[in-house]
Amino acid sequence: MLESPYVTQYLTEHFSEADYPTLEGYERRGGYRAARKAITEMAPDEVIETVKTAGLQGRGGAGFSAGLKWSFMPKDDERPKYLVCNADESEPGSFKDRILLERGAHQMLEGILIAAWATGACATFIYIRGEYAYPAVQVERAIAEAYAKGYLGENVMGTGFRHDVQVTRGAGAYICGEETGLLESLEGKKGQPRKKPPFPAQYGAFGMPTTVNNVETFSHVPHIIGKGADWFRGFGTEKSPGTTIFGVSGHVVRPGLYELPLGTPLSEIVFEHAGGIPGGRKVKGVIPGGMSMPILPAGQLDVPMANEFLRERKTMLGTGGVMVMDETTCMVRAASVISYFFRDESCGQCTQCREGTGWMHKIIERIERGAGEEEDIDVLGDVAGKMEAKTICAFADAAAWPIQGLLRHFRDDFVEHVRQRKCPFPGSFEL
Amino acid sequence: MVISDETRSKIEEAISKYPQKRGALLPAIHLVQADCGHVSKECAAELAEIFEILPIQVMEVVSFYNMFFDSPQAKHHVYVCTNLPCSLRGSRSLLSQLESHLGVTAPGATEDGRIFLGHEECLGACGYAPMMRVDDEYHEDLDVEKAKQILDSLGK
Ligand SMILES: Cc1cc2nc3c(=O)[nH]c(=O)nc-3n(C[C@H](O)[C@H](O)[C@H](O)COP(=O)(O)O)c2cc1C
Ligand code: SF4
Repeated sequence: MLESPYVTQYLTEHFSEADYPTLEGYERRGGYRAARKAITEMAPDEVIETVKTAGLQGRGGAGFSAGLKWSFMPKDDERPKYLVCNADESEPGSFKDRILLERGAHQMLEGILIAAWATGACATFIYIRGEYAYPAVQVERAIAEAYAKGYLGENVMGTGFRHDVQVTRGAGAYICGEETGLLESLEGKKGQPRKKPPFPAQYGAFGMPTTVNNVETFSHVPHIIGKGADWFRGFGTEKSPGTTIFGVSGHVVRPGLYELPLGTPLSEIVFEHAGGIPGGRKVKGVIPGGMSMPILPAGQLDVPMANEFLRERKTMLGTGGVMVMDETTCMVRAASVISYFFRDESCGQCTQCREGTGWMHKIIERIERGAGEEEDIDVLGDVAGKMEAKTICAFADAAAWPIQGLLRHFRDDFVEHVRQRKCPFPGSFEL
Repeated sequence: MVISDETRSKIEEAISKYPQKRGALLPAIHLVQADCGHVSKECAAELAEIFEILPIQVMEVVSFYNMFFDSPQAKHHVYVCTNLPCSLRGSRSLLSQLESHLGVTAPGATEDGRIFLGHEECLGACGYAPMMRVDDEYHEDLDVEKAKQILDSLGK
């Protein structure tokens, strides 16, 4: 059993209670009232307006307004419309969706129902990464309960509204988290991202209008509809309302999940909640939002964890995966692990991405071995720069950003490898 | 026929849930693997027939995904996550000690075909590192002794 988050708020407050994952337990704590309210008392546009006013940003990495995305779904279109719940969670450093699936499947399903009502979708596909076997079992169980109770199917809550939900299991490919890679995979193909436009709202799953949202994004929705947009805006910052579940990993005393308002200072997360660095060592750098997001050096941890502040420091909230590295860490080794991952997971459609990820890894690996030259460091920066904003999907950017961040703040680590012709950090984590 | 009648009827059921037949291909491959361990040429040909596509289109999908296999596999699959959060907490030394414990070089299988040992990218267990996946199960907050015990308890 996964440990409940150490700090909880409205999303996770009941996660340690044994009966909460069941439909009965969920309803006992007020579950499905918001869906009933939306479907019986609110017009679809009213639901969309409420979610827009609440300012809910997508929690899958890009931070796009959920209400706005829902409003892109065509209104007078006879074709069936679909929702997709992105439960592929494969961004390294991110492990929050897993607990939302395991303990909060009904909360997510209720959010899906409300979104379905708002967008007129007749079915939802929940795409769960293949390795999440136990979370998938929990979601299947919750779906079966909801069907048995008449909360899903032909006549949702006796209102005549129809909605079907089903689970598709992935099979081990990071790129299937990218929404159009996911759609291809859902259609039984290789998960190679599609060119956009057309966007999923016009041409999504099986060619039909589709909205893709992250597990956590859906999970916030019942709270917004149940308690109102103003209540929701009582958490977080003016531009980034609500809480999120930060996943803290690496060199901290208490790694784990922490549900906190957006805008919580990174230093508070690392030093107060997660207990700081073990053994009295100092922090060297922190990746704030999953591995694709550029690192921040020790001097910049005062930043509030919300995109409007993180962007000023050339990084982003991403999935809220906070990776902490102490003073023993060799940042060239970190770069090596990061670039290996992206080289391995590139789907290979775009030259810049396929070749760029390979070159980056090769150069970094050479520098780490002590066989690099100073000009290699410039070539590395140049390759990363040429990968940005030129490809079919944002994977190439996600591969380039963390390397650019490491070069921006820890160039000296790279230079020292070249000068000493070896790794100058013998006490660093093993490669 | 290599795909059993039981698996065939499960595949038909999966197909009925998708707006297009091919949507059920990943679920079908999962089902075939649960039954046969891997997707052989014969399995691919039969799947192709069911889905009205070419065998090569089935194999293309099999080869794209890390969890699908086109050749016979060891009884148990063990993967140690070596992505950054796990590496920071010693997963690579865990992996190398498990390699010596089993007498294999990862990625590779023991001679008796009992265990395949490999590394994997992030498995969504970053706060409970180091960790390994054994078939469908996660084992987290590991130390070397605990991990060895888990491997020793795996049957043939
Ligand atoms: C390479 C790549 C991988 C991604 N992986 C995920 C993922 O695992 N889970 C997820 O929810 N979103 C992922 N995304 C973001 C999705 O493309 C999409 O923006 C998101 O699912 C939309 O949901 P949201 O608006 O609710 O955040 C990824 C994006 C990229 C470019
Ligand atoms: S950017 Fe990379 S991952 Fe995305 S489509 Fe192009 S090659 Fe594939």
